[in-house]
Amino acid sequence: MSKFLRSWESLLILILGITTAVNISLAPEFLTLQNQVNLFQLSIEKIIIATIMTLIIINGEIDLSVASIMGLSACTFGTIIDVGMPASLAILLCLGLGIMLGAINAFWITIIGIPSLVVTLASLIGYRGFARVLLEDRGITGFPDWFIALGRDGLIGSLPLSFFAFALLVATLSIVLHRTGFGREVFTIGNSAEVAHYSGLRVARVKSILFILSGGISAMAGLFYAARLASVRGDAAFGFELDIITMVLLGGVSIFGGKGSMLGVVLSILIVLNLRNGMALMNITGHIQTAVIGILLIASVLIPNMLERLRSVST
Amino acid sequence: MNVLLRNFHPQTLRVLTLAVVLLLVIVFFVSQIDNYFSPRTLNRIASSAAVILPIAIGQAIVVMTRNIDLSVGSLVGITAYVTGDILAYAPFGPFLTLFIALSIGALCGAFNGVLVAYGRVPSIIVTLGTLALFRTFLVEYSEARTITTDSLPKWVVELPQTTLFSVGVLEVRVMVIVALVAALIFSLALWKLRAARKFYAVGSNPDAAIMAGINSERVVFTAFVLSGMLAGLAGLIFLARFGNITVVAGLGFELKSIAAVVVGGVNIFGGSGTILGVVLGTLLVDTIDNSLIRWAIVSEFWREALLGILIMTAVAVDTFMARSYVQLRKLVA
Repeated sequence: MSKFLRSWESLLILILGITTAVNISLAPEFLTLQNQVNLFQLSIEKIIIATIMTLIIINGEIDLSVASIMGLSACTFGTIIDVGMPASLAILLCLGLGIMLGAINAFWITIIGIPSLVVTLASLIGYRGFARVLLEDRGITGFPDWFIALGRDGLIGSLPLSFFAFALLVATLSIVLHRTGFGREVFTIGNSAEVAHYSGLRVARVKSILFILSGGISAMAGLFYAARLASVRGDAAFGFELDIITMVLLGGVSIFGGKGSMLGVVLSILIVLNLRNGMALMNITGHIQTAVIGILLIASVLIPNMLERLRSVST
Repeated sequence: MNVLLRNFHPQTLRVLTLAVVLLLVIVFFVSQIDNYFSPRTLNRIASSAAVILPIAIGQAIVVMTRNIDLSVGSLVGITAYVTGDILAYAPFGPFLTLFIALSIGALCGAFNGVLVAYGRVPSIIVTLGTLALFRTFLVEYSEARTITTDSLPKWVVELPQTTLFSVGVLEVRVMVIVALVAALIFSLALWKLRAARKFYAVGSNPDAAIMAGINSERVVFTAFVLSGMLAGLAGLIFLARFGNITVVAGLGFELKSIAAVVVGGVNIFGGSGTILGVVLGTLLVDTIDNSLIRWAIVSEFWREALLGILIMTAVAVDTFMARSYVQLRKLVA
């Protein structure tokens, strides 16, 4: 118990408590179900991707291309609708595209052996470039009503489909990460890919699965984004990777790999959503919100580092 | 190939290959675009490369130490805007202005450097954060105002048109010379200067560098300060070139600089790279960028997509070359 009290997660619970209390004092209607649903819905695409990003960073890698995959999938969807093909076919094609984009990342990382940071930085530029090639400076609207309703309206009560996708992903991925052999492999490879390799783990296979999953999930998030906004443009979801990576790192996942938990990430997601909502309630603009997220991102790595060093000095 | 590898250092080969590719690209565009090979085109590419080159040099030094600086684009924005703002109140001369721009850049670079070198936060995290942070600072500072040409002193406005000397019909602009001088200084330093060789040492093997008595923290810190300073220089050139500065100045330059560095043969794993390569890489990236706008067949929206493909190809070629070189060395030995 005392170990849990000193853990990163308990610190997160404390911060979450404080931000929630501040928010409630700012606006009494904060805790209403509708506000909570809105809170989630505004960032639902980001938090969906944060779930798979957790596994990738624990695995000792990083995927910077997620927002570009979102954008490219949304733009592809728009283009397909624009030429008059049915939306259901477009959805399937876009999910397939996402898996393919993830597979391209995986190919360069595992088979050619280039660090994921470089590969996904290049694909961040490249995939976004293709999205711009598709739509140039046009915006596409005119999606079918049922598709837009899927993104906006409640499926059960006021909870939209994307919320259930998020819940399902959190549940499945946390079981996979913390309760299965595959999850142990993710941690082991994150601690040391070399040791894992010599212990007979199929490192390339695990990494490939994660990056392909990340591509597919990002494409799905892109579709949710298109449905929620009922329009797409070439710069759809631009810069979302900053928020996503911040949520994961703030959740106590080590950027060096091998450490982290899904519980921590879910808590940090709640904190980030609360903070953004609170800042919006205080009339703080989007730009400052982004800066606060940036500070959080640096602090979430700096503070554990400092604590670690203090601990090693004192012993 | 084997004969080549035995007689030339892979870096030399890499730079030679790059020069050939650059030449081929230019020949290709000359055959595609009417009236391409004119002084106007060359001037345009040169002035556009003059903004990117300083950032690319700074980025190269940071990459050599196994780090990355994603905040340079925002830094160019800050220095261009703040320097322009200062000049609007106090019309300083060129040297004082240069000093101000470099100081602003160095200060921001030091902020990155402290967090990376002494705070032990990975550079990708720090600079992803400061990319947003610096840009926000600029947005707040500007209060939605725009720096306009008429508020700037005369020498700044005239700088882009000021020609130092002419080679035939080609006029060599002062800004281009400033960027090239910076490249020359850093090229010489990295080649000969003991202190500058430490960037290579820390990047190629951090543990060995520490064992050899190198203060690796200070070296990494210095790399970020230099990167900031050079971004400051680029900011000043940007200010002079465009005159009208809004808060989006320098947006996306970090990706361009990384492309130039990686294409220029600076190893992304740290420890190797030359400034000559960076100059060629910058020219290649910029030539493609500027020529696509004028190429009728392909939409200019292909720029980013091509940039991504270019980076990937360059990194893949480097990886394969490094591997075959190591294998060949084993065979010969």
